[in-house]
Order: sequence, then structure tokens, then C-alpha cells
Amino acid sequence: MKAHIRVRDLTMTYGDKLIQQNLSFDVNHNDIFIIMGGSGCGKSTLLKHMIGLYQPSEGEIFVDDNSLWHVAAQQRQQMMQHFGVSYQAGALVSSLTLLENVGMPLELYTKLLPKEVEELARLKLSMVGLAGFGDYYPSEISGGMLKRAALARAIALDPDILFFDEPSAGLDPISARLLDDLILELSASMKATIVIVTHELASIFAIGTNSVFLDVDTKTMLTTGNPNELLKSCDDERVQLFLRRGEVRKGDVANV
Amino acid sequence: MAEEVVTFHRQSKNTLRVLIKGDWNISFGLQNPSRFLAHLKSNPETSHVELNASQLGRWDSSLVSYVVALNALVREHQLALNLSQLPEGIVRLVALAEAVPERVGVAKRGIKPDLVETVGQYAINLYSQFMAFVTFFGEAILSIGRMFKGKAVFRRQDFGIFLQDAGPASLGIVTIISVLMGMILAFVGAVQLEKFGASIYVASLVGLAMAREMAAMMTAIIMSGRTGAAYAAQLGSMQVNEEVDALKTMGVSPVDFLVLPRMLALVLMMPLLTVYANLMGILGGALVSITMLDLTWSMYIEQMIATVPLKHFLIGLFKSLIFGILVALSGCYMGMNSGRSASAVGQATTNAVVLGIVLIIVFDSIVTIVTTVLGV
Repeated sequence: MKAHIRVRDLTMTYGDKLIQQNLSFDVNHNDIFIIMGGSGCGKSTLLKHMIGLYQPSEGEIFVDDNSLWHVAAQQRQQMMQHFGVSYQAGALVSSLTLLENVGMPLELYTKLLPKEVEELARLKLSMVGLAGFGDYYPSEISGGMLKRAALARAIALDPDILFFDEPSAGLDPISARLLDDLILELSASMKATIVIVTHELASIFAIGTNSVFLDVDTKTMLTTGNPNELLKSCDDERVQLFLRRGEVRKGDVANV
Repeated sequence: MAEEVVTFHRQSKNTLRVLIKGDWNISFGLQNPSRFLAHLKSNPETSHVELNASQLGRWDSSLVSYVVALNALVREHQLALNLSQLPEGIVRLVALAEAVPERVGVAKRGIKPDLVETVGQYAINLYSQFMAFVTFFGEAILSIGRMFKGKAVFRRQDFGIFLQDAGPASLGIVTIISVLMGMILAFVGAVQLEKFGASIYVASLVGLAMAREMAAMMTAIIMSGRTGAAYAAQLGSMQVNEEVDALKTMGVSPVDFLVLPRMLALVLMMPLLTVYANLMGILGGALVSITMLDLTWSMYIEQMIATVPLKHFLIGLFKSLIFGILVALSGCYMGMNSGRSASAVGQATTNAVVLGIVLIIVFDSIVTIVTTVLGV
């Protein structure tokens, strides 16, 4: 089967400042794809290129063989409707209730009646464990609930691809684990492809089926593949160091 | 939809078979479980319900929503539901949606308060807001006290930036408004006074109005919309970013560090801007007088000096000083008491400008009444 998202020779810059260059990797259908790397290496920037927010300075991104950037803005907008995105801090609209937040994409992009929108929004909220919180405002709920509400909004339109920017950052280990389980459950039952930016090692090994590793010094990717296999067989010291939380591999101690 | 996506078949006397088929997409709309309910009602012996999806095409949340609704009805009627013939994904999503039931007492109840309660709540809010503002005012005065003792902590560079922003950076808008204000006053005066052949008194009118009222008030209103709003937005976003909390934990008084330099800057700059606004207003009046009324520069100026005593100018200057305090206080108060969201910061900014302008006009009226009674 052909890859769901293909990134080819991608170079990302902010003005004159180079963030990452020569990124080429594939995200397969139903992958849980992890974008990892140290702080400040451009993980979130890469995500924002993949969801169509930032334009690459060079290279291409294909979704289902369609270029994301070499098309008219309107077509890109249509492609973006099949993406669900959950941002780092939730990014829920603060003047709307949770129900209205989750219902907004449904109102915008479907012809459902207001009653049906509400019913679906309630369903999505109950899927993320927030049944009954529909009338709350984002400022009235905790950080963990905020992240789950953001997830509910991301899955409102049954997207083909779900993007997460640090979903478990700032959550306690149990909430983080529950959120991981939820993501796994959704990906398995909705048959969606999932792309996650994270540096939580527990999550990376627990749910990741594919990954790309960005390096902050060389400003390019070091490797791509299943994180569990990278841990076993990747020869790059920097990747090993990251995946082992800075501890050196046992076999290497003798060489040091 | 031309084709039915749900049909009902009676397997045996007590088993109802629900056949789900075709494509399900939220863009087709949601299915209503009322037909299912009607089937249940028409056959009270039904004890088992079986869902079958052997002819199901593509599906999404609209199907999950339907199954969840059926499930709720089945539970309500205490029947047995068999989901085993559905695709695994649907069963798992339904289980997910029902995994965490709504906790009791979580949902907000929409009780509408009656009139008495609404009025009472409003009064209580108003009172507590008034007390909070008075407290804030008190804190600001204490902070000024600390400044004179040399104990207030704030950065000199910040103060410089605020001075620059409240002073020179505001000159452009003050110039435009004041010149136009002077021209308007002269126009209005000219139309009336020309009828009596008393056009020379336009100079007195413009001089008196600008010096005593308009220069100070217009400058204060401009500064309320420009600088007062900016203060509220700055402090409000600092509140959102927990910067104010961080200052407190470092042992720095937020009032000293954030409010004091802003207030000082505005109090220092407001009278200077008012003097400048006076000049510009008089200039505007002169432009109209010279071009429309055939007065000369010297006539205009001499008439003004002769008929507008300096005390009016001093009253205006005194008011501008107080206006500076009021604008800074309302901006900083609203910012410091802002809620922690984007809309709350917007609300704080709006409130700062509204409160600022109200305070300016109220104080101005008080001064006018007092000076009239005292005959100043």
C-alpha cells in the first residue's frame, strides 16, 4: 500500500534562520507516527508544515499523492478538512463552551441540523470521557480535561489523519497513560493515521509504530522507523542517547 | 437518501433484528431512533435486539451515534442487545463513548434566576467591584509612599519606555484632535458672534474653552483609549501568562513593579500633553479666525490675553493631573483584575476605557460644580 503522507526533501526556515533541511520520510496508513528530537529542534514546526499552516521553503509534502502546497489555497483548505489537529495547550476557543467548541467544525463543514450537531458533539465528548461537561467553558476545567476536549474537537469530523502536538505534556503519568490509551483506541477503531509530536519516552515506545528523529545540531533527520526497533538496532549514538534518556548503551561502556 | 439504511426484521417472537446497511456519513444527517422505538412498542414481547451490519458500506460517527442511541433505548426497556455482528471498530467506539458515564452533579443546571435575585446579584457584584477598586487605589497610594521612601522596586528602563509611550509617541494624535477641536470651537463661535458683530470674541471663546475644559478633557479621553487600554491589555496578558504570580513569588509587589511606573509616567505626561493641546487648540482657532473672520494674529492673541485669565489655564492643568491618575488607575485596575483567557483580556480592555472615560467626565462635572459654587 502506498504511504499516506510522503515528505520529500523538506527544508523549513523562519526568515533566514534554518530550522531543518533534507527531511524525507513516509507516514503509512494507520501508523502512529512519532516526531521526536530534543527541545528546539523543530518538531512542532514540522507538524505545522504537515498540517498546511506553514509553507515549506523547499521540498514537498504529499497527502494521498496530492501535493499539499502546489495547489490552490482552496484545495488545500479542502485537504485540511480531513485533518484533525490537537494543539499543545488545547487551543479551544475561550468564549465558547466545550459543546460549542466541538460542534464548531460540524457546523462549518456539514449540513447537519443544530440538534444533530449537538448530539454528535455530546457523543465526541463522551468518547473522551467528558460526558456532562458540555456546558463548561475551557477556563473552568483542568489541563487534562482541556487536552481531552481538544481531542474531541480534533475527531469531530472523523478525520483521516490526526495530528497531536505534545498531547501528554504537562499531564500526570496516569492521565498521560489514559490519553495514550485513548489515542490507541481511536486509531484502531477509526482507522485513522496519527502523527504525534512528543518527547515522552514512555509514549514513544508504548504507542509508536513509526517515527522520525530530528537533530538540533546537524539540522536534519538522523533516522526514521519503528522506535522499538531503533532502540535495538540504530547505530547512531545521538538517537540511542535520546531513547535511553541520556544513558549509554551497556555494550558501549567498554569502549568509552 | 433514496434507500433505507436501517430495516427492521422480526427473527422470532421475542427477537428484533436491526439490519444496518449502505454508507453512513455525517453529511447525510443523523438517523433518528424513533422507528426503532415504534417497533419495540408494537411488540411488547421483544426481549432481544440483534444488530447486523453484513451489508454495511463505509461508516463514520453517524453510525456510532445511532448505535449509542439504540443502546440507551434498549437499556431503558431492559432488553438484551447483541452487537457481536457489528464491525469491531464500531463496538469499540460505542464502548468508549459509554466507558465514562456522566458523573452525578457535574452537568450545569440551567435554573433561571428571578428578578430579585438578578438585581441582588448585580448589587453585590457592583459593591464588591467598588471595594476592589478602592482597595487597589489604596495600594497604589501606599506604593507611591514606598517610592518616596526609596523602597519601591521597579526598573528604570521600563519607566523610560512608559514615559516615551505616554508622551512623545502620543503627540501626533493629540495634535490632530486639538487643532480640529480649536477649529470647531471657532466655527461654532463665529457663526453666532458674527451676527452681533462681535467676532473678536471668538478668541476669548476658544481660549477659555480650551484652557479650562477641552484641552484637558480631550487629551484625557485620547489617553484613555490609547494608553489606558494598552495598560489593561498588557497587565491582562501578564495575568494570563502567570507573570504577575511569578513577580509575587519573587517577593516583588506587582503594584510597585507594574502599576507604579505606568501611573507615574501618565501623571507626568498628562499635564505636558495638556499644555501642548492648549497651544494646538489656540492655533486651530486662530486659523479659522484669520481666514474666515479677517482677524489678525496680533488681534487674536491680544484679545485672548486680555479676556482669559491664567487661573482657567491652571484649573485645566490641575484637572489633567487628576485625569492622568484616573486613566492609569482604571487601566491598571482592569488589567490586574482580568480573567485568564483571551476574551477576558478583551473585556478588561473595554472596561478600562469605559471606566476611564466615565471617571473623567464625572470628575470634570464635580470640578465644574465646585468651582461655580465657589465662584472661581
